[in-house]
Amino acid sequence: MQRRHFLKNTMATGTIALAASSGLLVPGQVLAAWNKKAFDAKDVQSALKDIIGTELTEASDKIHIKAPQIAENGAVVPVTISSTLSNVKSITIISEKNSTPLIAKFNLKGKAEAYISTRIKMGKTSNIIAVCESGGKFYSARKEVKVTIGGCGG
Amino acid sequence: MAKSSIKIRAKAKNGVVTVKTLISHKMETGLRKNKKTGKIIPAHFIESVVCEHNGTPVLDAQWGVAISKNPYLSFKFGGGKAGDKVKLTWKDNMGKSDSLETKVK
Repeated sequence: MQRRHFLKNTMATGTIALAASSGLLVPGQVLAAWNKKAFDAKDVQSALKDIIGTELTEASDKIHIKAPQIAENGAVVPVTISSTLSNVKSITIISEKNSTPLIAKFNLKGKAEAYISTRIKMGKTSNIIAVCESGGKFYSARKEVKVTIGGCGG
Repeated sequence: MAKSSIKIRAKAKNGVVTVKTLISHKMETGLRKNKKTGKIIPAHFIESVVCEHNGTPVLDAQWGVAISKNPYLSFKFGGGKAGDKVKLTWKDNMGKSDSLETKVK
């Protein structure tokens, strides 16, 4: 019985130590506070305002969105965003007609290149908007994706 | 050790490292209902993802519920070479987190 206790205890402390070390080892881990307001916003304008501080973006042809024209499954829409703008600080992805349009914001640091590829959920046919931050300005591009089966709810 | 929730590959070519990663996570939106009970399944999704190159952050992302289940993410950064360390850490809205380090090939 005691032996069992001992085992249990050591295992428990072991996992705690592991969790702590995996969390604390990251130097200066500034997991920026999650922007709840922006992610809860129901329309594109307020989402943009909350996440990047402005709803005004300049259309740019230097942002390239690679996404399927027709997505059969809205739950998994592959999207690749790249840009030839110089010194891109962040890439924000928005799906215009999702119930909460903001999908994600990627802050690029150091020598990160303006390239993000991921898979997103889309409620229905709509534009994907990509916003790139470069030199204190915000540039955007959009591309329509037709969705045959929605990826939200179900 | 339980298997990590993260799969990560990093490859260097001409000084540019391409990182490809897959995280196993259900990414529940909080909009779906359990078909049997009619109850809403609570949202459970990854909120933040951080990637470091030799200890320096290169990517810091905030995600919403609209990232697909079992998220895939690929990105690139310069100034890397084979043997460098790349570490990915995620954290979800229920306070769970995981991280994994790999070497650039």
